[in-house]
Amino acid sequence: MNLLRVEGLSKKFGGVNAVEDLSFDIRPGSVYSIIGPNGAGKTTLLNLLTGVYQPSAGSIALGDHDLTGRAPYEYARQGIARTFQNLQVFFNMSALENVMVGRYMQERCGLASALLRTPRLARAERACREEAAELLCYVGLQDYLSAGADAMPYGALKRLEIARALATKPRLMLLDEPAAGLNPTEALELDGLIGRLTGRGVTVVLVEHNMRLVMGVSDHILVLDYGRKLAEGPALAVRNNPKVIEAYLGSSAAQDASIGEAIAGAVTMAAEMHR
Amino acid sequence: MLSRLAAPRTGGMLALAVVIALLPLVLSNKYFYDIAVLVGLNAIVCVGLNLLIGYAGQISLGHAGFFGAGAYGSAILASRYGWPPLAAMLATTLAVAALAFLVGRPILRLKGHYLAMATLGLGIIIFMVITTEDRFTGGPDGISVVPLSIGGFVLQGERLWYWVVGALLLLAVWLALNLIESPAGRALRALHSSEVGAEVVGINAAEHKLMVFVISAVFASIAGSLAAHYSGFVTPGKAAFLHSIELVTMVVFGGMASTFGAVVGAAVLTTLPQLLTVFEDYEMMVFGAVMMGTMIFLPRGVVPSVARLFRARRREPADHAETRR
Repeated sequence: MNLLRVEGLSKKFGGVNAVEDLSFDIRPGSVYSIIGPNGAGKTTLLNLLTGVYQPSAGSIALGDHDLTGRAPYEYARQGIARTFQNLQVFFNMSALENVMVGRYMQERCGLASALLRTPRLARAERACREEAAELLCYVGLQDYLSAGADAMPYGALKRLEIARALATKPRLMLLDEPAAGLNPTEALELDGLIGRLTGRGVTVVLVEHNMRLVMGVSDHILVLDYGRKLAEGPALAVRNNPKVIEAYLGSSAAQDASIGEAIAGAVTMAAEMHR
Repeated sequence: MLSRLAAPRTGGMLALAVVIALLPLVLSNKYFYDIAVLVGLNAIVCVGLNLLIGYAGQISLGHAGFFGAGAYGSAILASRYGWPPLAAMLATTLAVAALAFLVGRPILRLKGHYLAMATLGLGIIIFMVITTEDRFTGGPDGISVVPLSIGGFVLQGERLWYWVVGALLLLAVWLALNLIESPAGRALRALHSSEVGAEVVGINAAEHKLMVFVISAVFASIAGSLAAHYSGFVTPGKAAFLHSIELVTMVVFGGMASTFGAVVGAAVLTTLPQLLTVFEDYEMMVFGAVMMGTMIFLPRGVVPSVARLFRARRREPADHAETRR
C-alpha cells in the first residue's frame, strides 16, 4: 500500500511546462528525496503536492483520498505538512505561538467557546502550550522558548518551521531545502532530525541540493530535469545512473568511472553557487 | 500573581475597569459625560475593527456603513414600527451580520488596496441607501429615535449611559482578548503574517477572514444602535466615508494588533478635537500635526510603541550583565 500516489501530474505556467506527466508512489515510512538542477520543477512539485498550486492535469491521492484540486488546508487536514524554502514563519508571533498554530487542527473550537474562553478551552490551551514547548525542544530550539520569531537566526527559523509542521501530526512531511543556508554543523544535525522523524512514523519527502544529506538519509530518489522524471529508484542505483550524471555534468563525464562521487561533488558545488 | 496581573488579559482588563470606575471623579458636568459616552461607543467599534485590521491584517474603509446600518435599523424598527428597542437592536444586529457575511464572501478574496476599494464601495452604497430611501430613513435630515427602554425601565441621561457603555466596552474588550488568545485568534494572526503558511497547517484562511469581518461588523452595528438611542437622533453622517476613515485612524493611531490600543486611539481622537477648540481657526491644522507627529515618533501606534519602550528599558540591565560575562 502506498501512502502517496501521483499520476500524470502536469503544471503549465503559460507556455512553460514546469512539471510534465509525472507519476510516482511514495511508500510509508521512507525518506523520499527529489533532486535535480535549479529550475527542474522541484519546488513546483512540492507546491502541487500541498495544494498551493493546482495541477493542469493528473491526480494526487493520499491513501484512499483523492486530493486533486483541493485547497492547501484540505491537504493539511489529510496529514500532509511542509516547510518552505523561502521561510513562511509567522514573524508577528513568538516561537512558541508559531508551533501552537501548528496544533490548530487538533485544537479547533467553536466561535462561542473562543469568545467566552470556556474552562475546557483554557485547559486545552495549557496542554497546547506544553506540547508546543516539547516540540521546540525536540527540534533543538530549547533556547528559544520565550523568543519572538522576529528575533531568531535563520538556522533556528528553519527548525521552527519543522516544529510547526510536526505539530500538525502529519503522516507525510515535505521538507523544501532544509539544509540551504545552514552552516555545516547545523546541516549535519539535520541527518539526525530526519532520522528521528521517520522513527516517529512520519514519511519524509526531501527536496535538497546538499548531496551529502540526500545520499545519507534517502531510501528512494526521484531525479527531475525540465519538469520530467529523469530517473527514479533506490539511492545507490540513482547515484550511478548515467542519465543522471549526464544531466548534471554533460555527456563526456558520463564515461568517467568514478562518476558517483563526481555528481555528489558537482551538485553540492552547484548548490553552493546557487546560494 | 504579579506576573498574572502584568499579563494583558487580567492586568489590562483590571486597569481599564479602574479607569472607567474612577473617571466620573473628574467628569464635572454633563458635557464631559457626553464625550465619555462617545469615546466608549467609538472604542467598541475600534476594538472590533482592530480584530479585522490589526490582527487579521484585512483593511476596511466601510465600517461606518455597518455603524450607520445598526443606527438606522434600530431607529426605523423602534421608532417607525414601534418594536421594543432591544428586539429592534437584536434584529438589526442579525441583519447586519447577514449582510457582512454575504458581502464579505466575495470581497475578502481581494487583498490590500483592492480590498480597501471594495469596502469603500460597500460603505458608500450603505450611505447612499440611507440618504435616498427617505420614506424610511428621513433622508439627509435624519430621523429621531426613541430612548432605549428595557421592560418598563427607560435608559436616559448621560450618567446612566456612561455606566452602561462602560460595562459594554469592558465586555467587548474581554471578548476580543479571549478571541485573540484562542486557536481561532492565532489563526487570524498567522494568516496576517503568511497566508500560505497558515493554510498548510490546516487553517481555512477565507473562512477565518469572513468570520472576523462579520464579528467586526456586529461590534460596529451594536455601537451604532446604542449611539442612535443615546443621542435620540441619527443623521446619514454617521454612515459616511469620513466616519469610516476616522475609525480606521483611531485603530492605527492607538496601535494595530493591540486591543487596548484601539481603546486609547478612540479616546484620544474623540477627545482631541474638543481639547483643540482653544486653537479656534487652527483646530484642524493642530489636529493633523498631532497625528503626523504621533505616527513619526510612535510608528507602531501609541500603545505598542510605549509598551516597547518600557520593555526595552527593563531589558537593558540584563543586556549589560550579559556583555560583562
